[in-house]
Amino acid sequence: MAADNTEVAIVGVGHSDFRALYTERGVVHDAYLLAAGAFRSALEDAGLGKDEVDGVICSRVEYGRLADVLGIRFPRVVHDLEGAGRMSGVALQQAVALVRTGMADVVACIYGNNGRSAGMRYGGEGGSPTVAYDAMYGMTSPGAYVAMMYRRYLDIYGAPEDAGAPVAINNRRNGALNPVAVFQEEIDRDQYLGSRFIAEPLRLLDYCLINDGGVAFIVTSIERARSLRRQPVCVAASAAMGDLTNFYTSRDFFYTACSDVAARVYERSGLKPEEIDCLQIYDNFVPTVLFTLEGFGHAPRGEAWQWVRDGRIARDGPRPVNTAGGHTSESYMQGWAHIVEAVRQIRGECGERQVAGCASAQYMCASPIVTSHVLVADEEHRP
Amino acid sequence: MNLEAYRELLPKITDANRPYWEGCLEGELRLQLCGQCGLHRFPDSPLCPGCLSEDFTWHKVSGRGRVWSWIIMHQRYFDAFVDELPYVVVLVELDEGPWMMSALDGDPASLRIDLPLEVVFTRVDDDRAVPKFRVAQ
Repeated sequence: MAADNTEVAIVGVGHSDFRALYTERGVVHDAYLLAAGAFRSALEDAGLGKDEVDGVICSRVEYGRLADVLGIRFPRVVHDLEGAGRMSGVALQQAVALVRTGMADVVACIYGNNGRSAGMRYGGEGGSPTVAYDAMYGMTSPGAYVAMMYRRYLDIYGAPEDAGAPVAINNRRNGALNPVAVFQEEIDRDQYLGSRFIAEPLRLLDYCLINDGGVAFIVTSIERARSLRRQPVCVAASAAMGDLTNFYTSRDFFYTACSDVAARVYERSGLKPEEIDCLQIYDNFVPTVLFTLEGFGHAPRGEAWQWVRDGRIARDGPRPVNTAGGHTSESYMQGWAHIVEAVRQIRGECGERQVAGCASAQYMCASPIVTSHVLVADEEHRP
Repeated sequence: MNLEAYRELLPKITDANRPYWEGCLEGELRLQLCGQCGLHRFPDSPLCPGCLSEDFTWHKVSGRGRVWSWIIMHQRYFDAFVDELPYVVVLVELDEGPWMMSALDGDPASLRIDLPLEVVFTRVDDDRAVPKFRVAQ
């Protein structure tokens, strides 16, 4: 099993300068151009030419158009994934599986998001017949479904209204050290509690931002990876589980699915939660981080809101979380940039926000498709 | 309430969901009941998610449930609800099992997690009534 566990690596990563794009007011960005820019950066990072890529998985952009834009004419594997946050983890998992089974040698996972340019609101769209039964009561938006979970969570665990504040504050503190983060201003507890309600109990500062950008990462075998420019970052374990109903709201805050995924990634990676050096947590909304920490066994069930206090999740604390600033500070790239940050932390490229001696990182996404990956430094490069 | 926008927001009545809406007009909450395994389901769906049977009847349910959770919506998303902001949305767990989004008929200050509720119907116009929930009497 040991060989299996380390046979696939991420060899190149790239993304937009989110902050620069955000400050270009009134400019409409093309999602394909954003995706292509990230892909170009990832290729350069890896030292690969685009003709060496024989697999393409993309999200939020359509594969036919993207392949045409990129001039990837004859890929061995190509398809797109829905433009939903749960898919970033799925994309990497599929890339790993493709390389492991030999269906492709070099897989590029590519994402382009022009949600801000396109005026995305993430609510009020109407949609399917199922959604209509919610909309008729004014129920809409992913945040409102998370708010349903959060209200119940606060009640059954006796958590106070500032339960999420340490997570929101931590993201911004990390973002302040990230040159491409959209929001680099730190916030405090009073600002958190003073921000207006959107879907109460969720406040504005519980919400991801909406911005434009592209992200890409390139996956190949460890043998090939070792011949390339960068230090390979190995995918030591990857697992997923759906938690699928009519609703984004999960009856146990995704606990069952997270626990199942957690057990598998810890077993396959041989790492325990407390042995992982940094955590990249999908944070569409701040409470999702609390649900994730509990479901993945980092914090005791019902106690994450206490566990995140007192610097435990700080960059220089025992369990650093969302070191680039996450979705509330760096960029809302639907988990894609979290995976890039995990890679860069292990490579030691994160400058001021670098976690000292980082040799492992875990990506976690609690959503209707729960995913997690444990990434580790290649054994030749471990600190 | 912007009634014109609200009517647009209501699910279109189709052959598949007509018994539900007829029940609402008659003051009864009716759900699909699987003819094979006895599972209730909502919203309408062509087959049972428990046993995959397509055999079902429309069945009057108790109309009772409990507050799984609720939110207070402050953000403007729908024209129909602009005049209602902020408004409460309750996620009801029906005694028969399915979840149902709804509105509260009563004082939001009375809301508690797991509070028992019962259905009431509000007439929108001649051919539509919608279920809401009040604190169980």
